[in-house]
Amino acid sequence: MTTGRLRIARRLVGARWLSPVLLLLGWEFGSRIGLIPAQTLAAPSSVLATMAEMIRSGELPTNLLVSFWRAAIGLAIGATLGVALGLTAGLSRQGDTVIDPLVQIKRTIPVVALSPLFIVWFGIGETPKIALIAFATIFPIYLNLYQGIRGVDVRLIDAAKSFGLSRAEIIWNVVLPGALPSLLVGFRYSLSIAVIMLVIAEQINASSGLGFLINNARDFMRTDIIVVCLMVYAILGLGGDLLVRSIEKRALAWRPTLVEA
Amino acid sequence: MTEVARIPLKPAPDPDPVVRLKGFSRSFGETKVLTDLDLSIAPGEFVALLGRSGSGKTTLLRTLAGLDDRAGQDVVVPPSRATVFQDARLLPWKKVWQNVALGLAKGAPRHHAEQALREVGLAHRLDAWPLTLSGGEAQRAALARALVRKPDLLLLDEPFAALDALTRIKMHALVLALWRAHRPAVLLVTHDVDEAMALADRILVLDKGQIAAEERIGAARGQRATVVRALRGRLLRHLGLDTEDGVYADLIARSPTGEA
Repeated sequence: MTTGRLRIARRLVGARWLSPVLLLLGWEFGSRIGLIPAQTLAAPSSVLATMAEMIRSGELPTNLLVSFWRAAIGLAIGATLGVALGLTAGLSRQGDTVIDPLVQIKRTIPVVALSPLFIVWFGIGETPKIALIAFATIFPIYLNLYQGIRGVDVRLIDAAKSFGLSRAEIIWNVVLPGALPSLLVGFRYSLSIAVIMLVIAEQINASSGLGFLINNARDFMRTDIIVVCLMVYAILGLGGDLLVRSIEKRALAWRPTLVEA
Repeated sequence: MTEVARIPLKPAPDPDPVVRLKGFSRSFGETKVLTDLDLSIAPGEFVALLGRSGSGKTTLLRTLAGLDDRAGQDVVVPPSRATVFQDARLLPWKKVWQNVALGLAKGAPRHHAEQALREVGLAHRLDAWPLTLSGGEAQRAALARALVRKPDLLLLDEPFAALDALTRIKMHALVLALWRAHRPAVLLVTHDVDEAMALADRILVLDKGQIAAEERIGAARGQRATVVRALRGRLLRHLGLDTEDGVYADLIARSPTGEA
């Protein structure tokens, strides 16, 4: 009997889910006995109840959709520009001369610091929010694609040349597939930056979206709603990660780590 | 002994060589890599190029492969040529058969690639990813990719150097069989004197950017045992290694001064 108990104890110690669950239980317990006041942090149980209520009333889905579209449109614009700039600078010397210095200068300015300018230019509607996300997501994609193109194995290019492939064929068959892993790394960075910029952009006077929900909740000290929104942000980030992973699994099936798995 | 004929340094004029270089020179900055080099290879001829590191072998091969600029020089190479490198250089993101199809014109049907792979004994790895191949398999795929083009000139850049000894023996036999079946002109760049003597009709020794020696092997493959004893010593001496005539198994024990 003691060995059975020992085995269970050992399995519990080895389980990675144990500490988060303990934290949740402690949090719930602290809330129940009044150690953690609801204005400071709502109990997990009340957060779940609020979430269910917000889903049922449609408040959460509608605002989530608004935020999701902001991030998606911004990311789509930023990714398109990043890929276009990365290809131009990576594949042509003139493009490199023109584009890369500008990007390097831009790198010294944090995008967040540009938000006042964006507000002056675009007002406080949807445009500055999307513009901020688009602008910020250009650079991880640009930088990684550029590095990826420059880092393609010269020996493979030589081999392709020796078979008489044209420059366009070499770019299509050798350079772009070779740069794809780097591009996906850049895309993954851009996804998480899109979520970060979404949070920041929605602090700019939003009348809908997750940021709007959070700002409202802050005014009424509804920590339960704040925590619900934080969870949704986390789920957005997680979803983005899953997306890139599934793309990688298909596009990079040739890599030995994935081949063996 | 009479089977090995000494040939003068200027190659015998061939009416219609596949490869012809006349007075070819190449330098990188101040360093002259190849100086005033003459070379001609007849259709279907199997030529081995020996040389120490830095003798200009790679530069010569890159010139023939069309990888280096040869503007303004007297160079004739056939339009259909193929190269096999020391590392197989398969594109890791294309399956084996797609890599072979890369040697063909666009939209070439898969069965052409399949046939070439069957010929090199890789029919079972058609749909494998290159990074899952062994060294020998990868080199077979590279050979298939070269042969599928039906080249007039096949350039082999130390293609067996990275393989283990047993695999190398199999690959030697395979290359000979493929050469007999397709009869391209071959230029094999190698460090290995025995490999050169086993495979080639003619052996060139490159030194300081020029062809320092040339040996034509008259004896047919399969009857070279007697010829090789003397030839081996001569070739090694051309390469700067002081050695007597004989076979490796005997000589290595006798010569304590083997320098790399």
